[in-house]
Amino acid sequence: MNDIVIRGGRVVDVTGERTADVRIAGCEIVEVGPDLPVDGARELDAGGCVVAPGLVDIQVHLREPGREEAETIETGSRAAALGGFTAVQAMPNTVPPLDDAAVVRSVLDRARTALCGVVVAGCITKGRAGRELAPMGELYDVGVRVFTDDGDCVGDSRVMQRAFEYASALEGAVIAQHAEDPALVHGGHMHEGEWSSRLGIPGRPAEAESIVVARDLDLVRRTGCRYHVLHISTAGAVGLVRAAKAEGLAVTAEATPQHFTLTDAECASFDPVFKMNPPLRGTADVDAVRSGLVDGTIDAIASDHAPHAPETKEQPFEEAPPGMLGLETSLAVALTELVHPGVCSLTHALGALSWRPAAIARIDGHGGPVEAGARAHLCVIDPTCVWEVDPDRLASRSKNTPWTGRKLTGRVRHTMFDGEPVVVDGEAQR
Amino acid sequence: MKRHLLSIADLDRTDVEALLELADSFSEVTQRDIPKVPALRGKVVVSLFYEDSTRTRISFETAAKRLSTDVMNFSVGGASVSKGESLLDTVRTIEAMGIDAIVVRHQSAGAPHRIAQWVDASVINAGDGCHEHPTQGLLDVYTLRRYRGNDLSGLRVAIVGDIKYSRVARSDVLALGLLGADVRLVAPPTLLPESLEGWPVTTTTDLDAALDDVDVVMLLRIQRERQRDAVFPSLREYTSRYGLTVERAARLKPDVLVMHPGPMNRGIEIAAEVADSPASVITEQVSNGVAVRMAVLYHLLAGGVGTAGGDQR
Amino acid sequence: MSTEHAPHGAPEPTHAAASRGGRFVFRASVFDAEALRRAFTRIAHEIVERNHGAHDVVLVGLYTRGVEIARRIAAAVERVESVTVPVGALDVAFFRDDIGLRQVAPLGATDVPVDVTGRVVVLVDDVLFTGRTVRAALDALGELGRPAAVQLAVLVDRGHRELPIRADYVGKNLPTKVAEDVRVRLVETDDDTDGVEIWGPPAAGPADGPSVDGDQGS
Repeated sequence: MNDIVIRGGRVVDVTGERTADVRIAGCEIVEVGPDLPVDGARELDAGGCVVAPGLVDIQVHLREPGREEAETIETGSRAAALGGFTAVQAMPNTVPPLDDAAVVRSVLDRARTALCGVVVAGCITKGRAGRELAPMGELYDVGVRVFTDDGDCVGDSRVMQRAFEYASALEGAVIAQHAEDPALVHGGHMHEGEWSSRLGIPGRPAEAESIVVARDLDLVRRTGCRYHVLHISTAGAVGLVRAAKAEGLAVTAEATPQHFTLTDAECASFDPVFKMNPPLRGTADVDAVRSGLVDGTIDAIASDHAPHAPETKEQPFEEAPPGMLGLETSLAVALTELVHPGVCSLTHALGALSWRPAAIARIDGHGGPVEAGARAHLCVIDPTCVWEVDPDRLASRSKNTPWTGRKLTGRVRHTMFDGEPVVVDGEAQR
Repeated sequence: MKRHLLSIADLDRTDVEALLELADSFSEVTQRDIPKVPALRGKVVVSLFYEDSTRTRISFETAAKRLSTDVMNFSVGGASVSKGESLLDTVRTIEAMGIDAIVVRHQSAGAPHRIAQWVDASVINAGDGCHEHPTQGLLDVYTLRRYRGNDLSGLRVAIVGDIKYSRVARSDVLALGLLGADVRLVAPPTLLPESLEGWPVTTTTDLDAALDDVDVVMLLRIQRERQRDAVFPSLREYTSRYGLTVERAARLKPDVLVMHPGPMNRGIEIAAEVADSPASVITEQVSNGVAVRMAVLYHLLAGGVGTAGGDQR
Repeated sequence: MSTEHAPHGAPEPTHAAASRGGRFVFRASVFDAEALRRAFTRIAHEIVERNHGAHDVVLVGLYTRGVEIARRIAAAVERVESVTVPVGALDVAFFRDDIGLRQVAPLGATDVPVDVTGRVVVLVDDVLFTGRTVRAALDALGELGRPAAVQLAVLVDRGHRELPIRADYVGKNLPTKVAEDVRVRLVETDDDTDGVEIWGPPAAGPADGPSVDGDQGS
């Protein structure tokens, strides 16, 4: 097989920026340097582009097994590759849920032919019911490092305490929480605030998130377990995480692009494409999430890619399932909203999209420096390409993107997964 | 004007006043021996009620029939709304039968707005979850105008009760606000909306203070089921602190108006004697409902209320 | 101003043409104030004569100017017969046949103070043109009761009927072109001296006579 040379780009990774070409042979990067000779290799043009480690999305719903009408591992991985991601972490709220080693193994098996790497998060509790612990040791043995009941919050404080205690014995394990106190958000469909009052839609208060994070941090302090806040969305929770980090606790957090860009005002159209949990919040919360990303309180950007079959979103707001697509737009929104307006540097944004999430979820081989000897997981980004989001032209099986009609600046040109060019000139190759 | 009536929030003062003026003409029609005009002959109006409400549905159907339209009725508990069929499929099926307007009542806020995206027919919101009940808001201000003249600016109106979960309250606040009334909301803290940002109102949890100089008292129905949500401790306590009792009514101004969108819980939010007193305009609200709904249907289906439509000769 | 519903196949109503900036020109005076007064008196006499008195007669004016004309005729009848004839006002908007083709709005409140059943109703309007308004008025009247007879009094009959409708009492028969405009002014409704005039589009060629912009007031 021919070597591949990525020519004419600017390499940006955790070590810095440099003008360099990248030569790939097999699955490996063999050379990185300016003006590499081509001689017989396949050339991928990266003129004007940024060459970065493949992006890593640690909160993705691939819906397989059980909800393949919305997405499959294959279609989800294609969407990921088009978004520049070379690794994703699949959330365990499948049907059946990923609370059992055999089901996890079957997901990993099906993911062998995917267009990106797939790791799996396992459940904290059996059936995600919030009562009995899932077999975390068995799951750990098949590679699971992150445990979450995502979709649901573990509301029972005693169960949460046990989970932290048990997981702290598993080297490198992380407990990740969907922080929304179940009693406070029961019956709610959007952020409780000015807009929910006006629209007469039952609300999910911000306190539901901060109460859970405060409780979990107290338990982390006691047990020493590593803790990660999923899709953080409130000023209150961001403040708690900031203080916890200052204290030296092993806490990390992620935010979705919609939570640093869109507000609850979007719900005024009653279009359920803007419905998700935790909900889009008010301006003060959005600003706090942005600040948290910039100052490092929030380590990672994760899309919470949540496909829903189109007919399920063609329902009244209160009846539609929550969730938005994100894999194909995450990078572009980050560039458009954070990097281009100068809110943070390109390197910082790429860190949030690539090497920091890889570190949190313990995903080896991804996000690392672009250097000879590393596995060839790369994305080539054209930072100035302006494009409009069209739900009918996304690779996902579903269409529930909140960015329909928006013009974004920045797009993936090529994606290399393990040395294979899975996306070339913006087109998936399989 | 517009294709749909989904929210009072979509209307401005001119829109509301035009509809109320049109309602005057239809009021006169409803008082005739033959209360019917052929204005919308040939049009088809469907009432699609996912929530049980005989009174509102009958009011709309009466209005439609008085305009000579044909009326079809799809209601839960009636023949046609099957639980398994999605809202989208239901309305598309209805539209395929050739209809001009759908009057929708649904338990979810925004359902009429979704429907308006899916069909070409005009959509009229007859109540969507806790969001709005636009024709109720219109008929309430129409009723006030019949008693107080067309200028309601500065009129002191107290709306009392379950504001938080009330679509009637939201529509009333918007309609009264557009016409310049001075609205005060009275409720226990658990029944006030989380945020009143942008609402043209004052609020208080003290009913007695609010009633001091008020011109109009609008009572909202308290839903007994809310007691289970720990929203208020008991009906007795609710009545003693927030009910329009005979004692409270006696302290009101002599020309005060008492209103209620119905159905009433006599003895709870309103004492039976007060509901039947001369100050109560509750039955007028109901009869005005037909005229107002005729105005809405005519406006949406007859090609709009124009200026000087042109005399025929 | 009388705004006309254009006959079938004819160009758009003159008022619409005027409001688009078409410039209409005064062509002729049909009635001045004095002539109008005489016409009302004559019509009053004719109504009384035809109905053998005024005791069962109701005058029902059609909005907008028909109402005021009905009042004037009623006043004339009172002078002649010393009898007070009841006057009503009828809005025909909801009975028109062009709802949906154009915006149709009520022009006033229907208010007929007596029961029309068994009486002679004289509908009163300013200009009779296609006849469609009168057709709508007959339907509207039918909802109020069952008159013993319905008669029609108009100030001007300008021809171009599209329905088999004729007037019983006519102030003046006035053959007109379809594109022309018959303008009725009354002190009470137009804040101007009484009068009826014909206006029309300017003649081809350089403007002759005074031209006024197309705003015909209302």
